[in-house]
Amino acid sequence: MHRYIFRRLLLMLPVMIGVTFIVFTMMYFTPGDPARIMLGESAPEDAVQRLREDMGLNDPFLMQFGRYVTNVARGDFGRSYTQRRPVATMIIDRFPTTLKLATWGVIVSIVIGIPTGIISATKQYSLFDNVSMVLALVGVSMPNFWQGLMMIIIFALNLRWFPASGFTTWKHIVLPAITLGTSSAAQITRMTRSSMLEVIRQDYIRTARAKGQVESVVINQHALKNALIPVVTVIGLSFGGLLGGAVLTESIFSIPGVGSLMIQAIRQRDYPVVQGGVLFIALSFSLVNLLVDILYAFIDPRIKAQYK
Amino acid sequence: MSNVKLQKEEVQPSVPKAPKKKKSQWLEVWRRLVKNKAAMVGLAIMLILIFSAIFADFIAPYGYDEQVLTNRFKSPSSEHLFGTDNFGRDIFSRIVYGSRISLRVGIISVAIAALCGGSLGAVAGYYGGKLDNVIMRMMDILLAIPGIILAISIVAALGPELRNVMIAVGIGGIPGFARIVRASVLSIREQEFIEAAKAVGANDFRIISKHIIPNSMAPIIVQATMGVAGAILSTAGLSFIGLGIQPPIPEWGAMLSTGRDYIRDYWHMTTFPGVAIMITIFALNLLGDGLRDALDPRLKS
Amino acid sequence: MSENKHLLEIKNLSIHYITNDGTVKAVEDMNLEIGTGETLGLVGETGAGKTTTALGIMQLVPNPPGKIIGGEIFFEGENLIGKTPVEIRKIRGNKISMIFQDPMTSLNPVMTVGEQIAEVIKLHQSVNAKEAIERSMAMLEKVGIPGERHKDYPHQFSGGMRQRVVIAIALACNPQLLIADEPTTALDVTIQAQVLDLMKNLKKEFKTSMIMITHDLGVVAEVCDKVAIMYAGNVIEYTDVKRLYTSPKHPYTIGLFGSIPDINDDEDRLKPIKGLMPDPTDLPSGCPFHPRCPKAMSICSERKPLNTEIEPGHFVKCLLFEDGVK
Repeated sequence: MHRYIFRRLLLMLPVMIGVTFIVFTMMYFTPGDPARIMLGESAPEDAVQRLREDMGLNDPFLMQFGRYVTNVARGDFGRSYTQRRPVATMIIDRFPTTLKLATWGVIVSIVIGIPTGIISATKQYSLFDNVSMVLALVGVSMPNFWQGLMMIIIFALNLRWFPASGFTTWKHIVLPAITLGTSSAAQITRMTRSSMLEVIRQDYIRTARAKGQVESVVINQHALKNALIPVVTVIGLSFGGLLGGAVLTESIFSIPGVGSLMIQAIRQRDYPVVQGGVLFIALSFSLVNLLVDILYAFIDPRIKAQYK
Repeated sequence: MSNVKLQKEEVQPSVPKAPKKKKSQWLEVWRRLVKNKAAMVGLAIMLILIFSAIFADFIAPYGYDEQVLTNRFKSPSSEHLFGTDNFGRDIFSRIVYGSRISLRVGIISVAIAALCGGSLGAVAGYYGGKLDNVIMRMMDILLAIPGIILAISIVAALGPELRNVMIAVGIGGIPGFARIVRASVLSIREQEFIEAAKAVGANDFRIISKHIIPNSMAPIIVQATMGVAGAILSTAGLSFIGLGIQPPIPEWGAMLSTGRDYIRDYWHMTTFPGVAIMITIFALNLLGDGLRDALDPRLKS
Repeated sequence: MSENKHLLEIKNLSIHYITNDGTVKAVEDMNLEIGTGETLGLVGETGAGKTTTALGIMQLVPNPPGKIIGGEIFFEGENLIGKTPVEIRKIRGNKISMIFQDPMTSLNPVMTVGEQIAEVIKLHQSVNAKEAIERSMAMLEKVGIPGERHKDYPHQFSGGMRQRVVIAIALACNPQLLIADEPTTALDVTIQAQVLDLMKNLKKEFKTSMIMITHDLGVVAEVCDKVAIMYAGNVIEYTDVKRLYTSPKHPYTIGLFGSIPDINDDEDRLKPIKGLMPDPTDLPSGCPFHPRCPKAMSICSERKPLNTEIEPGHFVKCLLFEDGVK
């Protein structure tokens, strides 16, 4: 198991270098001179040229890329053009907020998705099943930024139950977490249902019933654990969607996370911050996927046996 | 059901004569699809949308950029079905015209993704070995960046315009297609009719394009349907944060973005464009689910 | 009273599967009895209704689409049909247990075998977790698996070993009745004999009655006392093993024996029963066997045969043996 994790971490290295390469290349070829952005439109040309030389912007592409990678490996993501602060600290300052938002989003989606999926599967074609399947499809179809706005209109502006912006008390978390969690809740519901339907037809479920086991135990222990692998996969994948969705959600609810930092940076052409943000999100996503794969081993002993 | 089974058994051994059988196979898929009410609802909605995109000039009561400044922020009424916006433009007309953009971006970006991803996946699956490894690791790299973030950074780099949005959203879809096509190529590659095609001297390109691609069509179609939905969502998201289609072109996400500034007073400006997006995605999902069931009857209980 | 003599008594049992494509009469008007310590063989082709009978006794017929249409199943004098879920759960796995056909799929892949045996012990016996595990290890030893392996998962066992685990689960609570649904069909031939021997020995040791579902007449001869031959949901012949082998009556039974190679006879070819099992949703009128029957008469397509006792303890459902026909 340890060796497996170590090997997976090692395999993440080339992927992350690849991500860095993509992000760096895109920003490199983006029109606009970073030195000019830093110094402003009115700065004299020779000052801009001097800064370009200082920043190494006149070096060949590969040399600049190599320097960026080595710096990133040391935890140095460069400095923000506009704020002159190290990108790493800017991101780390805001990352807990994004992580908190995404985590609540996952919690919302699991708490809604798994029970709904189980009940739908055990009562296939019932009213509950039909209604929740339609709702799940609506949930998948709703753009989350629009849902956020609708929730602001209804719950913040009209009913005044929750605040429309900010991220300090638990009341601030409710609307963004629901906004963020809805679409993955819907996906988890659909996946739990179809996976459970598959599992409850298996022979070992009949064996459990033949033992005289209570139906709730048959479903919630025997069936659920076997149905969980694809569900966990969806949860892991939707975490990526959540990190991406967090960018929009943060912008809607004015939450000071990595997402709103990135959007602000894009508007200001503050490329080091954009680069750093993308890398950071890609890294967290990859780590979550690794976590999911490790989780498989705890769910299914057959998978554990393969992780050598 | 027994009908379906019979047909499958017939198709297997006589693949060299495939074209004739193919037709009846697709007919069978269509028959199953028609039986699925939800899928038919989805298809109907999509046909209406396509229709209104083509004939927008006739359907929309006003032009999409027709500004009447005395008529700003009107609530929905019989004159302006969905009300008017901050420039006094008719929101219903703008939504009708907006369907052109959404469908175009959806279809073209999925075409980009399917073409690039499909060929990469086919090559990776067919040749295997090192080439497969290199291609799939490249896909892993793309997959490591959540779709919308990838699209945001590509558009940020290339500049916010329609063409770049299509490219950005398309690139995000490449790994999905590559994986699906690769998987079905791997399962088809070893089958006997491929061996037979090789034995009669068909070259690789011919085998891939004539035998392997048609046989992996089912998952590609499903992925494409869902892909259009995802692409429309991403486009709207990009426009929403100001990185997509630029005004005055009516795009649903951009309309939402404008509406957001007036959210405290004029709910209709944010509500209707969002409903339009939702209905479109909903219809595509219904259709996609139906297609999956129709194309692979074994998965249906 | 018959209730005392017979552990299990099935009377006029009918089970149907009602689907969109039609109704499958999986079990029709079935009558069977099993005495204490007896073994009944239930023989027939795939789809004849053997497994449905077993599931009917366990009250595990999947509903929908399956439904018990009528009849009674007396176990220790009490009708199982109509018992509440709570009452029936106290019987399942405790007084009546079942061994399923495919050991590869009938064990839960994410639980250790020990847990799976202990589960049934904990359900029906007042023991704590530790004792349950000890007993499950003892059960493993009984079926020839080292007790320490209780911490292993099903995928770590071979097919034959898994079936031993399934047997251990079934016998863990010392049931009065064991239903074995083709317990050896999915196993290698060499393993089949071992598992069969094991079952025979354990049955003797635990004094369990047994219903052995099989399509293998060899297995029947080896382990059964009585045999019921099923065809398209009907028990068409029911008697003790000796009589069945010496004087089979129903043309289908005779056909079954004709399709088994006999090493003593020097025959060139087997005599298989002509034709195929009929479509279960569209059974032939009258006797369901008549289209394939070498002795079919005109009446066979018109009227369903009744259950006829041609001599004490030998029942045949065939118009050839009914009084007043011919």
